[in-house]
Amino acid sequence: MAEDIKSQIQRAINSQPQKTVTMLSCLLAVHDECGFIPTEAIEIIASKNDTSINDVWAVASFYTNFRFTPPAKNIIEICWGPTCHLMGAQQILSAVQDNLSLESEGDTEDGFVSLKYNTCIGACSQAPVITINHHPVHSISTDKILEKINKELKRKND
Amino acid sequence: MNKQFEILRQKATKRNEDLKSTVQIRVGLGICGESVGALEILNQLKDRIKSHDLSAVAYEVGCIGLCYAEPLVDIQKPGEPRIFFQNVTEDNIDEIIKLISENSNNFTGSVLGTLGGPSINGLPQIEEMTQWKYQTRIATRNCGTNNPNEILDYISTGGYEGLSKAISTMSPEEVRNEVATSGLRGRGGAAFPTAIKWGFLVNSPGPDKYILVNCEEGDPGAYNDKGILESDPHTLIEGAAIAGFATGANKGYVFIRHGHNGPIERTREGIKQAYEANLLGDNILGSDFSFELEVALVGESYVSGEETALMEAIEGKRAMPRSRPPFPAAVGVFGKPSNINNVKTLSYAPEIIRKGGEWFSGIGYGRSTGTAILCLNGNVKFPGMYEVAFGITIGQVVEKISGGAPEKWNGATLHRTVKLLQTGGPLGGVLGRESLETLLDFESMAAAGAILGSGGIIVGDDTVCAVDLVRNLVAFCQFESCGKCFPCRLGMTHLVEVLERISSGNGSPNDFKLMPIVGNAMAQGSLCGHGQLGFNPISSALRYFGEDFRIHIEENRCPTGSCIATFHRPTRTRPIASSGWYPGS
Repeated sequence: MAEDIKSQIQRAINSQPQKTVTMLSCLLAVHDECGFIPTEAIEIIASKNDTSINDVWAVASFYTNFRFTPPAKNIIEICWGPTCHLMGAQQILSAVQDNLSLESEGDTEDGFVSLKYNTCIGACSQAPVITINHHPVHSISTDKILEKINKELKRKND
Repeated sequence: MNKQFEILRQKATKRNEDLKSTVQIRVGLGICGESVGALEILNQLKDRIKSHDLSAVAYEVGCIGLCYAEPLVDIQKPGEPRIFFQNVTEDNIDEIIKLISENSNNFTGSVLGTLGGPSINGLPQIEEMTQWKYQTRIATRNCGTNNPNEILDYISTGGYEGLSKAISTMSPEEVRNEVATSGLRGRGGAAFPTAIKWGFLVNSPGPDKYILVNCEEGDPGAYNDKGILESDPHTLIEGAAIAGFATGANKGYVFIRHGHNGPIERTREGIKQAYEANLLGDNILGSDFSFELEVALVGESYVSGEETALMEAIEGKRAMPRSRPPFPAAVGVFGKPSNINNVKTLSYAPEIIRKGGEWFSGIGYGRSTGTAILCLNGNVKFPGMYEVAFGITIGQVVEKISGGAPEKWNGATLHRTVKLLQTGGPLGGVLGRESLETLLDFESMAAAGAILGSGGIIVGDDTVCAVDLVRNLVAFCQFESCGKCFPCRLGMTHLVEVLERISSGNGSPNDFKLMPIVGNAMAQGSLCGHGQLGFNPISSALRYFGEDFRIHIEENRCPTGSCIATFHRPTRTRPIASSGWYPGS
């Protein structure tokens, strides 16, 4: 049986490597563990940090990396920052969205891919850059990147 | 000389000598290398060494700065220079292994050159290449050479000598004086003299004081802070400890954006090793000085790089700027006096203390002493991270070091020229070709209306439309506005709408008047630089590329055809209310 979500959250919160524990550090730890912020986590984090659930929601809603529903099986992030923009990110965004039948960022209907826009992955010298399941991938051309995505995703699915 | 440190250094020297007697294979595994498959190459090399039972050791290093040549693999045989293979693929691995197993010097793969010794086999020397020749590597001296996960590597190259010297032979005041002599100024953007900033903290009451290291680095186009942390975290750790000693601070945070795993993991490992070696923690190297350091992570928020927002984020709250005064040196993180420095600033401290402030002040130009760590990217032949002494022109950096705009292929070779530069992050604005003449130093750049900022330089060639790029920059600023000050929150949104209208051919001449009105309101009514400088991308683009705007508005067309396609940008927003928000509400 899968681990109970509450104990999963507790484990994430209690195994943080750094000394200073805050609302934000707890949210990040839970997000890393679960892939999203379950509603159950908010209450646990509030009581851990001796604050209200309103305050925890306030922090969680501010940082754009948090999501509140389980992610799809695979996460693709595409950088749309200025360097990647100059190097063709918009074409990649269009092509990937067409390929996944998405209109903008979001999850595919089959729950296979979550597409997210990223403001900077930090590998600007290899622009345009995307990440596939958190691994940065330099993108040579839209065709190559679609091929790569399909290959990576297929490998994971097998 | 400190006895404890002497023992450490002997251990480091011994390790270094052992390493030198075997074949070393270094694989560049910064994020630039990782994104082109370096991890797979390193793993395969390790497997082959094991299966062939070779007397060689393969390990990861960070980014040497020559990102265009990644994945970079270099082989160093005992007593020989390093031989760099560029753009290595899995097909080259057999050859690399053969070089070691058969001890041959036959290369057919793409060799970049040799580094650290006389040329062999007529290979080019990297020291002679423009990408290297123009550089003065101080903060990045070990990047791409040292194993970032090995503290002894750092110590064997002079690491922690500065800290040891400071706590064993100098007073905190002498350390500050040395930094004052060096003329070191903040590399985060404001260029404020570091010794004076440290002085503010000294005068604040203790006992708890904080050194905050800013590696939020949300600026697209800049990756030098993360580059230093993922390539040589100990230079920052040592620098932070020196700052702690000089200011009487006993705690520190290295503030990194969540998700940048290379810098985060290597900094955490570095801090762990420094604690084990008693270079952090209680009574460092047997002295009275104690200093705690830990990594604090932040979620995705560009504004959290602003110093007061950074403190809010370390406390675990929304990264929204505070009103000043009180200033951080009086009331900082957790209400205690704090000093905030950029990663690059602190990374100079170890060498300044080790070699002296006079040495550092001899490098650079005028009041801009030392070096600038630049990230060149966009339409350039050789994108990378380059550390150059102040005093050369931006044109030399762009044209000589990074090779200028690359040719494009369209059935025939098309030569391209540099049209625009985007420096200092999205708020730094857009500069025209004429700014290539500008001298690289804080004063000259400010006079030319440019900001060196975080050191990112994005280059656009003559196929780039200024309106299209500015639309992207302003959309970025709009998405990243924290929402605290309404002129910034609403103004940015308004400006994006105007720019989208102009780029889709629906602009009106009135927009030329409208945009400065909105921009001016933002500059007047915002608490932090995000809103105050938020109009910079547009005002600078209007100054240098007014013609691009005019063609869009009057002739309803884009001069380069870049604005035709749909512009994808996130539509997510940060809810304004600081409480009472639930998903779906």
